[in-house]
Amino acid sequence: MRTSERLPEHPEFLWQDREPRGAYDVVVVGGGGHGLATAYYLARHHGITNVAVLEKGWLAGGNMARNTTIIRSNYLWDESAGIYEHSLRLWEGLEDELETPVLFSQRGVLNLAHSLGDVRESRRRVNANQLNGIDAQWLDAAEVGKLVPILDVTDRPRHRVLGATYQPRAGIAKHDYVAWGFARAAHALGVDIVQNCVVEDFETDGDVVTAIRTSRGRIACGTLALAAAGHSAVLAERLGVRLPVQSHPLQALVSELLEPVLDTVVMSNAVHVYVSQAHKGELVMGAGVDPYVGYGQRGSIHVVEEQMAAAVELFPVFARAHVLRTWAGIVDVTPDASPVVGHLPPYANAFVNCGWGTGGFKATPGLGAVYADTIAHGRPHPLAEPFALDRFRTGRLIDEHGAAAVAH
Amino acid sequence: MMSLPCPHCGPRDETEFGYGGQAGVAYPARPGDLDDRAWAEYLFVRDNPRGWSTERWVHRAGCRQWFVLRRHTVTHEIESPA
Ligand SMILES: Cc1cc2nc3c(=O)[nH]c(=O)nc-3n(C[C@H](O)[C@H](O)[C@H](O)COP(=O)(O)OP(=O)(O)OC[C@H]3O[C@@H](n4cnc5c(N)ncnc54)[C@H](O)[C@@H]3O)c2cc1C
Ligand SMILES: [Zn+2]
Repeated sequence: MRTSERLPEHPEFLWQDREPRGAYDVVVVGGGGHGLATAYYLARHHGITNVAVLEKGWLAGGNMARNTTIIRSNYLWDESAGIYEHSLRLWEGLEDELETPVLFSQRGVLNLAHSLGDVRESRRRVNANQLNGIDAQWLDAAEVGKLVPILDVTDRPRHRVLGATYQPRAGIAKHDYVAWGFARAAHALGVDIVQNCVVEDFETDGDVVTAIRTSRGRIACGTLALAAAGHSAVLAERLGVRLPVQSHPLQALVSELLEPVLDTVVMSNAVHVYVSQAHKGELVMGAGVDPYVGYGQRGSIHVVEEQMAAAVELFPVFARAHVLRTWAGIVDVTPDASPVVGHLPPYANAFVNCGWGTGGFKATPGLGAVYADTIAHGRPHPLAEPFALDRFRTGRLIDEHGAAAVAH
Repeated sequence: MMSLPCPHCGPRDETEFGYGGQAGVAYPARPGDLDDRAWAEYLFVRDNPRGWSTERWVHRAGCRQWFVLRRHTVTHEIESPA
């Protein structure tokens, strides 16, 4: 049989790549999940359709299609519960909203505790979550073992499992489907998606950003909305603003396709690994960032080796799996491990969304809705307000290091 | 894995080092004169260059000395500063 006979039909194009026009009401910089979701909600909720999403490479080629797709809302503080839980609720209706499969699978997420300090921190977080109406539970080691039979909950491992926080409504989705779903729906509402369009500089007039200079010409804008993840600082610098973010490589890896052995997501901050099994059967693993600033979309191999050592310690059955691929994205990390969403002072018509670091995939629909509302009304949405850039001056930080360092 | 040139011990594997971020960020000479904005800049904002970075590393598992080097954040090329 010829190969061509066995391959499925090439899918219909979901959206059309546009030539950029000379001016838009809103220009969104960055065609990752956040930029696409923002453009979609601008059109859908606010009727603002004269919108372009400018992407320097290909759609979702940044972190969007590199992440390990963990979705949860069990962060510590009220401000985080607000925005992440809003997002989780939108995930629960997203397939209907976009009329596209996104393979959102609420298979639950466990965050393991390995020390007395972990146990106390975890139980505190469960209590905080419950007060915010989030479905968090504390499980002891035996309950964890029942839920995840291949996890070694005996006292053999060097850092044994003492229990875990569990959020049953958490889970995973298929990241490229999510990007395509938002792109298709935004395009259908009139949004221009422009790929291979590098934003190089900006034109300003006093406190107004008037135009964007790109590799494909000058584009005037009514409002500028940055959604460039790892490259946010580079872009803000062109506007004379220094953002409190550091861009780091974040790596992940997958094994070959295996029989189903793991039907939930397991993370461990202490031994530095998290793992889920994707729909097709590959084990998906990751951990924390490489420590240095890096824009090369690659990290150091010893970081991956350490993750795998941790995974095999927890899941002895993984010892015979093989690494198929490793890769990295560039994530922009803030000092308090919480994002920055809102106005970009000193500009009256510029907004910034960045600093989601290792954990912004789960926020895709929630951030999109909240950021679009902020842009449409020219004032922060109540859920975005605590995440203003100004918190680093006022000292009102939202410290999520405990819930966000290794766990994404 | 990168090979980093410790000025005291010579080239060693990255795993022996700790990263210290942007070099040359001095404690404010007159802290009392700083307003909130200047404090925020000092505490929370660091260079984040796509390109050459002048940064501190510590040879944690070796001589335990801090030193400064220049590293390209895209290509990972390394230069010791002149
Ligand atoms: C390995 C890895 C694992 C992760 N795991 C998880 C996880 O399990 N759960 C979770 O919630 N999050 C996770 N994340 C984080 C998550 O991927 C990000 O927080 C999120 O994708 C950021 O939003 P985005 O999708 O808009 O970013 P991106 O997809 O990075 O979008 C930004 C876009 O801006 C474009 N851009 C940059 N500069 C310019 C320019 N000058 N001109 C035009 N376009 C430009 C980029 O090309 C890019 O496409 C992970 C990240 C990585 C790298
Ligand atoms: Zn040394």
